Amino acid sequence: MSSIATTPNIEWKMPDRGRVGVICLITTETALFTIFVVAYLFYIGKSLTGPYPKDVLEFPVWATIALLSSSLTVFMAEHSVKHGRMGAFKLWLGVTILLGAEFLRQTGIEWYQLIEHDHLTITTNLFGTTFYSLVGLHASHVTIGLILLLLTFLISLGGGMKSQARRFEFLSWYWHFVDAIWIVVFTVVYIVGR
Amino acid sequence: MRVRVPEEGPHRATYMRVEHRLLALAFGGIPLAMAQTNNSVENMFKPVSTPAQHIVDVSILVLAICAVIFLIVGGLLAYTLVRYRRRSVTDEHEPAQVYGSNQIEIAWTVLPIIVVLVLTMATARVISAIQNRANPADALQVTVVGHQWWWEFRYPGLGIVTANELHVPASTATIQKLTFLKLQSADVAHSFWVPRLAGKTDVIPGRVNTMWLEPKQTGTYLGNCAEYCGTQHANMLLRVIVHTPEEFEQWAAQQKTAAVVDPQVQNGRALFLSLSCVNCHTVSGTTAAGTFGPDLSHLMGRETLASGAIPNGVTNLRSWIQDPQAIKPGNLMPNMQLNDKELDQVVAYLGSLK
Amino acid sequence: MATADYPLEQPHRATKEFSLPSVLHEWIVTVDHKKLGIMYIVASLFFFVVAGLMAAVMRAQLAIPNNTLVPPEVFNRLFTMHGTSMVFLVGMPFLAGLANYLVPLMIGARDMAFPRLNAFGFWIFLFGGCLLYFSYIAGEGLAGHGSAPDVGWFAYSPLTERAFSRGSSTDYWTLSILVAGIGSLASAINVIATVFTMRAKGMTLLRMPLFVWLLLVVSGMILIVMPPLSAAQIMLLLDRYLGAHFFDTQAGGSAVLWQHFFWIFGHPEVYVLILPGFACASEIIPVFSRKPMFGRAAMIGATVSIAFLSLGVWAHHMFAVGMSARSNMFFAASTMMVGVPTGIKIFNWLGTMYGGKIRFDTPMLWCIGFLFQFLIAGLTGVMLAVAPFDWQLTDSYFVVAHFHYVLLGGLLFTYFGAIYYWFPKATGRMLSEKLGKWHFWLLVIGFHLTFDTLHFPGLLGMPRRIYTYPTGRGWDTLNLVASIGVVFQAAAILCFVWNIVQALRKGKEAGDDPWDAWTLEWATTSPPPEYNFVTIPEIRSSRPLWDRKHPEDPDWKYE
Repeated sequence: MSSIATTPNIEWKMPDRGRVGVICLITTETALFTIFVVAYLFYIGKSLTGPYPKDVLEFPVWATIALLSSSLTVFMAEHSVKHGRMGAFKLWLGVTILLGAEFLRQTGIEWYQLIEHDHLTITTNLFGTTFYSLVGLHASHVTIGLILLLLTFLISLGGGMKSQARRFEFLSWYWHFVDAIWIVVFTVVYIVGR
Repeated sequence: MRVRVPEEGPHRATYMRVEHRLLALAFGGIPLAMAQTNNSVENMFKPVSTPAQHIVDVSILVLAICAVIFLIVGGLLAYTLVRYRRRSVTDEHEPAQVYGSNQIEIAWTVLPIIVVLVLTMATARVISAIQNRANPADALQVTVVGHQWWWEFRYPGLGIVTANELHVPASTATIQKLTFLKLQSADVAHSFWVPRLAGKTDVIPGRVNTMWLEPKQTGTYLGNCAEYCGTQHANMLLRVIVHTPEEFEQWAAQQKTAAVVDPQVQNGRALFLSLSCVNCHTVSGTTAAGTFGPDLSHLMGRETLASGAIPNGVTNLRSWIQDPQAIKPGNLMPNMQLNDKELDQVVAYLGSLK
Repeated sequence: MATADYPLEQPHRATKEFSLPSVLHEWIVTVDHKKLGIMYIVASLFFFVVAGLMAAVMRAQLAIPNNTLVPPEVFNRLFTMHGTSMVFLVGMPFLAGLANYLVPLMIGARDMAFPRLNAFGFWIFLFGGCLLYFSYIAGEGLAGHGSAPDVGWFAYSPLTERAFSRGSSTDYWTLSILVAGIGSLASAINVIATVFTMRAKGMTLLRMPLFVWLLLVVSGMILIVMPPLSAAQIMLLLDRYLGAHFFDTQAGGSAVLWQHFFWIFGHPEVYVLILPGFACASEIIPVFSRKPMFGRAAMIGATVSIAFLSLGVWAHHMFAVGMSARSNMFFAASTMMVGVPTGIKIFNWLGTMYGGKIRFDTPMLWCIGFLFQFLIAGLTGVMLAVAPFDWQLTDSYFVVAHFHYVLLGGLLFTYFGAIYYWFPKATGRMLSEKLGKWHFWLLVIGFHLTFDTLHFPGLLGMPRRIYTYPTGRGWDTLNLVASIGVVFQAAAILCFVWNIVQALRKGKEAGDDPWDAWTLEWATTSPPPEYNFVTIPEIRSSRPLWDRKHPEDPDWKYE
């Protein structure tokens, strides 16, 4: 055996710990959303009183377009910061933030409509309970993502993002994750649940 | 239709009995021994009803398999510890370094898989025998409603409502008499468990569960609520009284009559009906029609009060009404703050409700 | 040998002056994985003693029938707090403590991947624990009802809904566990990141000690199974504070859904708790048998398959809720399947000892106790998996005896073994063998008196969680015997505490490697310096210290 000669020269490279951490975070968040989605599916059609989803829900088309396209812009931002194009980075990041904020604004309008006009609150029936919980849980994740994006934007205005391309990658993964969850929520709430 | 397995069926009785005895020694020795000294001991290994018998049959098989596994593995462990102990403290020589063996690994993976398959099949058979039992038209139907902390029993076919003591007929050699229970809850989750009659089934609000009994032997069988349901979970006791079919008919006929009206306790009756007792309790034939507490129409026909907390009798009834919280702390019956005279009158009236 | 970036000596240690505020400050602001590990374990042992005292009070109440030592409400709080504490404030932090202390040492790392997250995890866990106990003071809330939570550790709905649980006692249960769960997640993420990114050169995944492997699997499980509990608890909070109806049966909510969510967490949680025990046994048994782990690869495979199977067995806690016959059959079969990899583990430990030269030092004694007791616990587990048998046994004292066999006879015994084994590493002092043997045998006697006996009232119809019972049902003597066992257990714990105190004061010097062991943590000093290793050895097999001690016959020749 010639292991003595070969072993000391092995290549020893470990993955980036930040990446592993973010993957773990996304895994555990996925498990959290899964339970809320299961609860939503379980309670479809089990409300004892109205209003029912088909009476009050409308497709949030514009919100969906805004959020999904923000995935693209955050990708562009990540691409720019990796290549050191800080101007483009700030631009794409700004657009992402605007799109995210627009999504939240749309959700706010939708909730206002539901509460004020359709009299659907979280206490009304099981539909209200599961709807506000699931959509609210997602919206709170969008909010957290938005706050982090805003912080990043502020830091980049001060010129502090130049050496942080790697870290922005983690934030961008999180944002993609929030987008992907929206696809699930949209499917469950506005297609299956209606 | 599934064929009922007779309790003492000739084809299985013999080998079960032998194993029974073996396992009584190996595992169930203490409870079996204790069961002989006291007849209110509810030993699950002394079933008197078909579902409980099915459970014992499969349990004996499981216990036997587990006992064999324990003897083999435990024996091997003990042997290894003795045989391969370090014999001398000064012995610093390391033993042969063995890293594993694929053949052995495969062997001790496959063998347990076989055991699991056997157990799974035996389990599936009994699950099916118990859960897929059809509800025949001539079975007695009872609705069981769990309350914090008492049991309500309704016999919709007979028009009877009673509490805490379930009366059912026994199956005899000639007439098969099944009782099907529909389990519902008025508040939180409970569980209906009378070990010698059947396994437990939970009683869950917003859900209807079913279970069935087929008692073969008359007598009184005790049970408990087996799902934690709040402060007085411990005193949510159950008793099932198994009658011969004839006795059961008599009991049912008696229960169907309206509550006794005894002119001697007229004052107590009037007082009772004027108090807020009637908000929670029913006495048939009167204006008392509450359903939050147990039906009192035939109160004195029951063996216990407060869901098994104390034996029934005029003295205990008086202490119970005087201060329910002293007997069953946390229960939902309020102290009515009656003076001695009122107490005597109400107790006299309730005591007349045979 | 490579030169170190770190000083070879530790001059700062010798010169540092000793004063209480500075020591406190050092421990409070620390991000060192070893200090955090010790803090986790000390906190866990503290809650262990508290929750153990609660158990003692419960056994005193149940020693005789119709006892009135504690009123029902108090008893119900006791078992709720006992169960909740033992799972979330004893089992979870102990495993986090072991993982924190040992994983970096065993893989040749100088700290965890995220030291500050690690400190955060500890402090938020401790906050959660204190919050739970704060309920005794503040649980009354504005409604003037209740004090500590009294809904049982699995908090079945709708008993937890506002209608049945007024005041804020249930909210203390919910919030404190939610918060402590964040701590568990932080520590799990840390372990995973550390294992994947910080292994010393040559430490391939397959060469990692089994301890690290099992903790890695446990951490992965925590990531997946904690969120269902957190989600269900968030829903419960929404029900209680915003008037949602998730588990409100009056408005169509489902009581059974809570049970599903709880046990999707709860059953894998049992494996999360017990696998670290297996991990300790898998380190201790080989060293004291003087042989490598028999079938390492099979052990790893069995662990991973236990993890996967455990995700598909949760409803065996719910055989009595009235599921369909088909579901019952599925969960019975899947539960019994878990017995297969578990059996493989027991056989592999047996195979390790077979042909060895077994030394009966205290750590090994605990592991031997564990093997026998866990065998019985596994077999009663098979009985409970047989759904019809379970219809009799579930929620009875048989189940109480079964899971105490798992968690006390199995887990606690390995944890004591782990403490005796690694205490010299962490403190530089040996625990007394003599006191250790007293500790062991007293606990064996107490444990068997209490928990062997408790199987039988279950067969005689005694449900769990009752604060009193009538006489004449065959439960009296059995309960009295079980309660007497507690005296022996308490004496054992006193021996243990005394042993620790004595060892810290004047214990024998341990030296770097008192057990002649083979994993990396024994290559550094006892206690290890803050940076763990002066030079990190090159790893070429799963037993790096064997290779060093036996250059003529190293393991790597066989890998």
